[in-house]
Amino acid sequence: MIIQRKAVSLISGGLDSMLATRAVMEQGIHVEGINFYTGFCVEGHTHAIRQRDRDKPKRNNALWVAEQLGIKLHIVDVIDEYKDVLLNPKHGYGANMNPCRDCKTFMIHKAVEWIEKNNFDFIITGEVVGQRPMSQRKELMPVIARESGAGDLLVRPLSGKNLPPTKPEREGWVDRDRLFDFSGRSRKPQMALAEQYGFTDYAQPAGGCCFLTDEQYSRKLVDMWQHRNSRDYELDDIMLLKVGRHLRPRPHFKLIVGREEGENNFMEGYRKQFISLHQVSHNGPLVLVDGTPTDEDITLAAQIAARFGQGKNEPEVEVGITYPNGDSRTVRVEPIAPGKVEDAWYV
Amino acid sequence: MSKHELDARRLMCPLPVIRTQDKVATLGPGDILEVVCTDHGALNDIPAWCRINGHKVLSTTDDKREVRITIEVGHD
Repeated sequence: MIIQRKAVSLISGGLDSMLATRAVMEQGIHVEGINFYTGFCVEGHTHAIRQRDRDKPKRNNALWVAEQLGIKLHIVDVIDEYKDVLLNPKHGYGANMNPCRDCKTFMIHKAVEWIEKNNFDFIITGEVVGQRPMSQRKELMPVIARESGAGDLLVRPLSGKNLPPTKPEREGWVDRDRLFDFSGRSRKPQMALAEQYGFTDYAQPAGGCCFLTDEQYSRKLVDMWQHRNSRDYELDDIMLLKVGRHLRPRPHFKLIVGREEGENNFMEGYRKQFISLHQVSHNGPLVLVDGTPTDEDITLAAQIAARFGQGKNEPEVEVGITYPNGDSRTVRVEPIAPGKVEDAWYV
Repeated sequence: MSKHELDARRLMCPLPVIRTQDKVATLGPGDILEVVCTDHGALNDIPAWCRINGHKVLSTTDDKREVRITIEVGHD
């Protein structure tokens, strides 16, 4: 009796995992996709929040890839578990706060748990030898397979011929000769394979899919940890780092200034958690105050808020202040002079 | 067949899909689930998730403030 072998493929939404999955499907393996949501996904949230992005065609690329491949996709919430990966990476960070090597090991480990629970046989990733400096160096790829617990159940079809044979190859579930020997940072082999498979539409090469690789975002994250004297975070914290201008005029508080209507609408949902400022006499952004400001600080915050509104050149602007408990008051302030908004305040 | 509602307001992609997926896992074939979202991206994502996982979208409505997506749970 022929046993139908089953694999789960880590689907990022990019081209490499799409190709790797297809390469194994071509060999008659039943493949389902898995996608892990850490809370640091770039695309969906920013498009959902910002008004200017509303008119852009929007899709979740992992779902889209799964649909193109005709496979199921399981999206797994790993927000809480991921905290330990980000806060305590055994192998440190990349150029910013990106713990790429630990992240890869973590995700493959989660896939191992998934195949054990769901009686699947092996795991597929779209990794390519030498493509990424932290997680895809040739000597590291077997280490990641071992440390994740996947061992020889991890098949990387795009670079399979450059790596030791895995159990699916040794057992004949997968024909090693039909795997590939891609290596390095060139995208040409992937593009040629995409053409061969008839994939004409696919997300641009990955690398920008995680906020932790973004310098500005990483700076805001570190600033938040430093000023709270704690490196813990909740989903709301990391969401708010994705919106608005962040200004820290004093060490004990910062302002989040909405940049446009979509961000203002999103920030409205946080008015029961933060002191919020809105302009009464003129149009202006919603501003959230994070920290422990004094009354004097709130006046400064109102002056800064007024600088970003339509009354910025008026002698006086009326600003409404609402506290998380619902209490509110208004103040009349002179918008802070442009030269007094120090560059160093911008996080 | 039973009817259920899922409040996914204020959640953004892909959380409405994840919550839908987790709720559907607790339901049986033929059950109806209405998902209410404020992220308009759900109008694309939840139907895409349904198509690839064998569930049927019965209706979608969008009143600009919220979207409602009604799903009939499939077999498997």
